[in-house]
Amino acid sequence: MIFVLFAISVIVFLIFNVIPNGSPALRICGKNCNAALLHQIKIDFGFNDPIYVQYFTMMKQIFTGTLVSYNSQLNVLDQIKQGIPITFSLCIGAVFIWMTFAVFLGYVSAIKPGSFRDRAITVVTAIGISMPSFFLGALLLYYLTSKTSIFPPGGYVGFLSNPLDWAYHLILPWFTLAFLFIGIYCRLLRSNMLDVMNEDYVRTARAKGLTERQVRIRHVLRNSMVPIVTLFGLDVGALIGGGAIIIEFVYNLPGVGDYAATSISNLDLPPIMAITLFGAFFIVLFNAFVDIAYAYLDPRVRLGESAEGAV
Amino acid sequence: MSAQEAAAKAGVATGQDGQGEALLEITNLVKHFPIKSGIFFDREVGAVRAVDDVSLSVHEGETVGLVGESGCGKSTLCRTVVKLLAPTSGSIRFEGAELAGLGRRDMRPHRRQMQMIFQDPYASLNPRKRVGQIVGEPLKLHKMASGAQLKRQVQELLVRVGLGAEHYNRFPHEFSGGQRQRIGIARALALRPKLIIADEPVSALDVSIQAQIINLLDDLQDEFKLTYVFVAHDLGVVRHVADRVAVMYLGKIVEIGPASDVYENPIHPYTVSLLSAVPIPDPRANRDRQQVMLEGDVPSPANPPSACRFHTRCPRATDICSEVEPELIEHRPDHWAACHHPYNVGGGPKVEVVPGAKDNGS
Amino acid sequence: MSPAPKLLEVDDLRVKFLTEDGMLTAVDGVSFELDTGEVLAIVGESGCGKSVTSQTMMGLTRSPNARIEGSVKYKSEELLDAPDEVLHRIRGEELAMIFQDPISALNPVYKVGAQIVEAIQAHEDVSDEIAKRRATELMAEVGIPDPARRVDEYPHEFSGGMRQRAMIAMALALEPNVLIADEPTTALDVTIQAQILRLLKRLNEDRGLAVIMVTHDLGVVADIADRVLVMYAGRVVESGSLDQIFYDPQHPYTWGLIGSITRLDRPPTHRLAQIKGQPPSLIGLPAGCHFRPRCPHAFDRCTEPPGLEVRGGGAGHEDRCWLSAEKKKTLRVVEGDIGLEAPAA
Repeated sequence: MIFVLFAISVIVFLIFNVIPNGSPALRICGKNCNAALLHQIKIDFGFNDPIYVQYFTMMKQIFTGTLVSYNSQLNVLDQIKQGIPITFSLCIGAVFIWMTFAVFLGYVSAIKPGSFRDRAITVVTAIGISMPSFFLGALLLYYLTSKTSIFPPGGYVGFLSNPLDWAYHLILPWFTLAFLFIGIYCRLLRSNMLDVMNEDYVRTARAKGLTERQVRIRHVLRNSMVPIVTLFGLDVGALIGGGAIIIEFVYNLPGVGDYAATSISNLDLPPIMAITLFGAFFIVLFNAFVDIAYAYLDPRVRLGESAEGAV
Repeated sequence: MSAQEAAAKAGVATGQDGQGEALLEITNLVKHFPIKSGIFFDREVGAVRAVDDVSLSVHEGETVGLVGESGCGKSTLCRTVVKLLAPTSGSIRFEGAELAGLGRRDMRPHRRQMQMIFQDPYASLNPRKRVGQIVGEPLKLHKMASGAQLKRQVQELLVRVGLGAEHYNRFPHEFSGGQRQRIGIARALALRPKLIIADEPVSALDVSIQAQIINLLDDLQDEFKLTYVFVAHDLGVVRHVADRVAVMYLGKIVEIGPASDVYENPIHPYTVSLLSAVPIPDPRANRDRQQVMLEGDVPSPANPPSACRFHTRCPRATDICSEVEPELIEHRPDHWAACHHPYNVGGGPKVEVVPGAKDNGS
Repeated sequence: MSPAPKLLEVDDLRVKFLTEDGMLTAVDGVSFELDTGEVLAIVGESGCGKSVTSQTMMGLTRSPNARIEGSVKYKSEELLDAPDEVLHRIRGEELAMIFQDPISALNPVYKVGAQIVEAIQAHEDVSDEIAKRRATELMAEVGIPDPARRVDEYPHEFSGGMRQRAMIAMALALEPNVLIADEPTTALDVTIQAQILRLLKRLNEDRGLAVIMVTHDLGVVADIADRVLVMYAGRVVESGSLDQIFYDPQHPYTWGLIGSITRLDRPPTHRLAQIKGQPPSLIGLPAGCHFRPRCPHAFDRCTEPPGLEVRGGGAGHEDRCWLSAEKKKTLRVVEGDIGLEAPAA
């Protein structure tokens, strides 16, 4: 885990030092740049130091919370902290919506494969997977906030100040973010269920005299959810770590993703580095959660136990 | 027991005195698979003792049957002998040469003379290669033929195993299980080896196809002067094909001797139970038999019982069985068993679980 | 013929599957009856239709490409088009089934005891504690040691033999009258197979449980069956009592089967009598006797499909072969044993 984070930080750092026109010194210098000023900046910021010294300096700043953006003199960690509740709110709602819909639609289409409703759901999920989220976001914004005023045009309202208004502002972003995932998860569940339905233990369950519904839910659905849960953990980890960049940008939600978007367009290395590590941390963390959950869901995989069975 | 004594014992347990050196001489062979566990680093916490000190000689022209249930190590033994797995320790002498320490390049000339047939005809053929390529590949690798001559040799082999020359261009999935097994046999024969190790070659086949393949292997043995090590869990099949039989349990050979003697006068209690358990396809013979039934399951090869491995399930076990490991003793000419309380020898109880050769009821 | 009512009556069961290459006839007119407490073995090689027959009887053949015709009656009640409620009741309470591979036949994510409890609670309104107690008793009855502990374990913690015993315990939970066992010992070691067969025999004797044993192993048949059906390419080719089938077989396929088995108690005096060729494709089967292409004794009448009738055998011993009774007696003996053809030299 630690090794992974270390490797990521090194790679990101190296990438930024290789990008042409990425010289942070020039950017900090600004429009009225001259050689002397440039030289001074390089010394102040340590840009003349060997690369590994620069790297370690930056790492030290991250861990002591003193990392400062090149462009704006703002403390990076403070900025991230401000963005977290927003990103979190966005993710929570979207997750809830996408899982509910995906499980329901996946289940319903797997029960009658090839039927009209299965095909209809397939079309919708295909759209969900292929439609770019900024496009969907733009469409929704246009039709629902601009042409008509059903929803507010972006922006964030804190949960504590006004919960209803908070939700009201987040409904469109939630759906836009969820739409893609509904598509993926619905299809995944459907295909898992179709596989599991052919398993021997489903046949045994029927032979015991369970009703079709009991068989479907207790045996087919239950076993099909296992790979879903693992994927889910990874996706949520990535999202919380700032992966909802586009949605936040389109809907003007000042979360971590939005901050990342701005920093990238400014080629501002400190925030990018910090957010990348922040994101990587969450992914690795959720990876560990997923492993634990998997062992709970599938007893064959209990941690630390060697498997039984003949050689 | 020292390696020399073991070799002497193994060498004598052949049933073919005065034959000189054996074609294949396995001495004190051990193959363990380490069990690793740990969160950050894999530590070896134990080992699956799949083959645990096995000694066996195989003489030219004979068929040695190897029987045992799951976990006994017979498949692992086969793979270790042909060096598909590296032995943990012990010696494998083939045509007088020691194979145990050899690397892949040095093994190659020996591999020409020892080939293997596998159990699963569906998994052991590369589905993306044509039959001609599969059977011809060994010839190509060993530079024994090429071009049109290669094709002709392969086609002759295909015909010899009961397929058609035109099957050269087909893919494995176009064939049935029995036919695929024939392809596997053709591949094993391509290099004209001296020794063929057949790991459950008929277990995955229907009974009527089994008979065809068994007959084929029989014919090929005479024609190509082959020596077989025939592994099977089906005791009836082994009775039909083997000259000598070795019974394995949890990584060790517990009994070895001429097939008729092992079946008609078994010595080791495991052999007796194993023979008892096989139903005879003859209702009267089945009803009239004497049976010694086993309770419980086979212990795990990762954690075998102490001393005599069979003592946890043995109807004749006493204290000594869990304390002192019995050695292979020659109870009758060429018939060896490792047991403190053998059947059918000396003053011990007589048991005949397999009614002797009789006429059937028709 | 016993005057008691038959437990199961299967009449002209036909199961076809629509495939890309054509209509596959898996079961081609199978009829038989099962008496209370009887052990009936259905024996044949892969593709003969024995498994499809047994699964269709339980209503487990559910592929949308399946076409099922005929009748399966349990105590005179028709099962094939019965409404769901009837099927759910009959499965488990009257007819129970165990399958070949105990590793995959139990759901790996639920405890073994919980799966037995589920079977009980699907039919009876009992509390969890009572159901679990019954599950533990059942596990003890089928010979699982330390059942109180093992009832809370998962399938992968059981060995193959124990798993199959657990399946049997689950099948018996509601005291059915018929147990259909579809190759229950094929995946097990031979010493474990012996234990399972002994258990089934005991259940048959003690509880009067009728058993349909589907298998390809004639040894298993000889060990446990009262009556035998021999199937080939979707049809029953011979049916009779155990002794009739083994000692007076009437159909060439049966001769071939018996002749090609290796036996523990026979030193190899000659080559195994084999059946030439392969089992046929079940798509587009030729008219007439399905065994004709592989039968060395086929003659012109064999192009006409033979019915299943008593011919040369004793009472209740039916076969599907046009050969005369006398011819059968001479042709079936090859080198002193029952076999199909004189083996090639």
